[in-house]
Amino acid sequence: MATEKKPEPDELIHIGPEMAVAEADLMPGEVGRFVQGTSLWRDAWRRLLKNKLAVFGLVVVVIVTISSIIGPTVIQRVFGFTPDYIPSNDPRLTQSFPPFTGPNGEFSWAHPMGTDNAGRDQFARVLQGGQISLFVGILATLVSLLIGVSYGAIAGYVGGRVDNVMMRIVDVLYSLPYVIVVIVLLSMFRSQTPRGQLILLFVAIGTVSWLTMARIVRGQVLSLKNQEFVLAARATGVSNTRIIFRHIVPNTLGPVIVYATLEIPQIMLTEAFLSFLGFGVQAPLASWGSLAADGIQNIAVFPWQLIFPGVTMALTLFSLNFLGDGLRDALDPQMRTV
Amino acid sequence: MANADGNLLEVKNLRTYFETDDGIVKAVDDISFQLKRGETLGIVGESGSGKSVTNLSIIRLVPTPPGKIVSGQVVFNGNDLLLLSNDAIRKIRGRRIAMIFQDPMTSLNPFMKISKQLMEMTELHLGHTKAQAHAHAIRMLETVGIPDARERAESYPHEFSGGMRQRAMIAMALSCEPELLIADEPTTALDVTIQAQILELIKKLKRETGTSVILITHDLGVVAGMTDHVIVMYAGKIFEQATTKELFAVPGNPYTKGLLRSVPDPTAEQGKLYQIPGLPPDVAHLKPGCPFAQRCDYTQDICTREFPPFVQLNADHYSLCHFAREVYSESGGTPV
Repeated sequence: MATEKKPEPDELIHIGPEMAVAEADLMPGEVGRFVQGTSLWRDAWRRLLKNKLAVFGLVVVVIVTISSIIGPTVIQRVFGFTPDYIPSNDPRLTQSFPPFTGPNGEFSWAHPMGTDNAGRDQFARVLQGGQISLFVGILATLVSLLIGVSYGAIAGYVGGRVDNVMMRIVDVLYSLPYVIVVIVLLSMFRSQTPRGQLILLFVAIGTVSWLTMARIVRGQVLSLKNQEFVLAARATGVSNTRIIFRHIVPNTLGPVIVYATLEIPQIMLTEAFLSFLGFGVQAPLASWGSLAADGIQNIAVFPWQLIFPGVTMALTLFSLNFLGDGLRDALDPQMRTV
Repeated sequence: MANADGNLLEVKNLRTYFETDDGIVKAVDDISFQLKRGETLGIVGESGSGKSVTNLSIIRLVPTPPGKIVSGQVVFNGNDLLLLSNDAIRKIRGRRIAMIFQDPMTSLNPFMKISKQLMEMTELHLGHTKAQAHAHAIRMLETVGIPDARERAESYPHEFSGGMRQRAMIAMALSCEPELLIADEPTTALDVTIQAQILELIKKLKRETGTSVILITHDLGVVAGMTDHVIVMYAGKIFEQATTKELFAVPGNPYTKGLLRSVPDPTAEQGKLYQIPGLPPDVAHLKPGCPFAQRCDYTQDICTREFPPFVQLNADHYSLCHFAREVYSESGGTPV
């Protein structure tokens, strides 16, 4: 961003409020309308839009999300099959087709990503897998947000012995081998239904992924709680709970949002990894991980079964990471150099 | 509600200590004073003399640990605030004793709209509904002289200038009509023109609402123009206590004299500005005797040996000095 730029119109507006305020201070009553100020969020949004990679990430994430949500329904309407539809017992139909190929080897739009071993449409399955992968990523992140932010904020604000005990618990949990814990949890409480297994997956990932969030929030709170506005809030008789959640936590939002966006791909990767190992999502439900696991068995003969879910997942994870990096640059006050 | 003698606030033998690695810092050491209803009390002193800690102790906001109110009483409207439960003291903070802080840049929450921050006060203490609180917030902003209060209320603190933020702070502090307003160096972070406006505003609001004010400052000019009584603090002790008029006319303490001499004289053509020699002592390691002895023009043997007495010089005038009477006479007063 080192290129010389002439001031854009909205940057001029940005200079506006301060001047208007200064004027107002000197001659009260003489000011007319004042320019709408730029809020922190609008500022961050502008910086985000200047970051090409982040915009690319945002666009891809939006496209993937929307098509995952509505895709399977659209396919059902247009072609008349669901992601778990197995055509018939005709062995010619239940084998795997390459992309854009019909049952007789002719060109067909029906299966743009081919079909899997059982003849299920790969495109519909990738979209449905996207639904579940994104759902797991977002929901587990929300769980970790909820636990991590509350836990970290309370530990940081209360301080002293409470903080010490709470953070030592986090340290202990940190030192447990994460993947093994999740695998043990999943195999101990192995559920009979695919949905039950999915819920178990949320719980298993959610319970271990809030640790970093708690540390980040605690660090933020430690520096925020000594600021004067917290003292001012205390001097006005606001209760501690209210100070934590209405005054301090909103001030930690920047780093929290950044970490959350970076955590979504991480959790999706964990989910894929677990599904790949067979601990995660069970058929007939699909996730990108379980699709890849199915695909890898036939990689020599039917490579598209691995390539399509793999590429889609990689693209989405890249995009989420670019978006997270972009958000960090946009929201972090220390990085505000350009 | 008030005591028979009309005191709104009575601080008795207050001691607030801080435990540090370097030893116990006696930030406030045996301080007593009274504040009558509707009066303004000025507390002056150098940085680290215990002004702010005194006031944080009054509303029990001393950071604990390391700080601790060791002993004393803070009688407000007949109740000892130091004995109240945490819930009870919280109902007094903001409602009956409000505080304005030194730096308006940092004492407003950067993530909350001005209106929200003002509304929080009355919703909390007066049980206002959102609509009532909002209307009240805008009225308060108008009272403190913020133009276009209705639109400005929806701004965030960073869209306000320093002076406007301090006005918003004052609006917030006064929105529950507290009986006591503690202003901790309210103008230190502001430039001189804004300073004058803010002080004028505090004066005006005090006249209109009858609120008592404790004004902490190190600006003697501010004290002279604003207060009825003055306390001069040094090393956690009250060095001199008098009505403002008397303190400026006939100071009875060498430290006060030094402070008054340090005020620049705008009529002087040239010459050096007086300053008290030396630095304030390290309150963690006070030597026996008078804490000011090393810097004092009047020092004699006794000053480094014995702690000075608190001498009454006049009906309402006390000074902590071995030679209080002599200094007082030298200033032109007649000790009782």
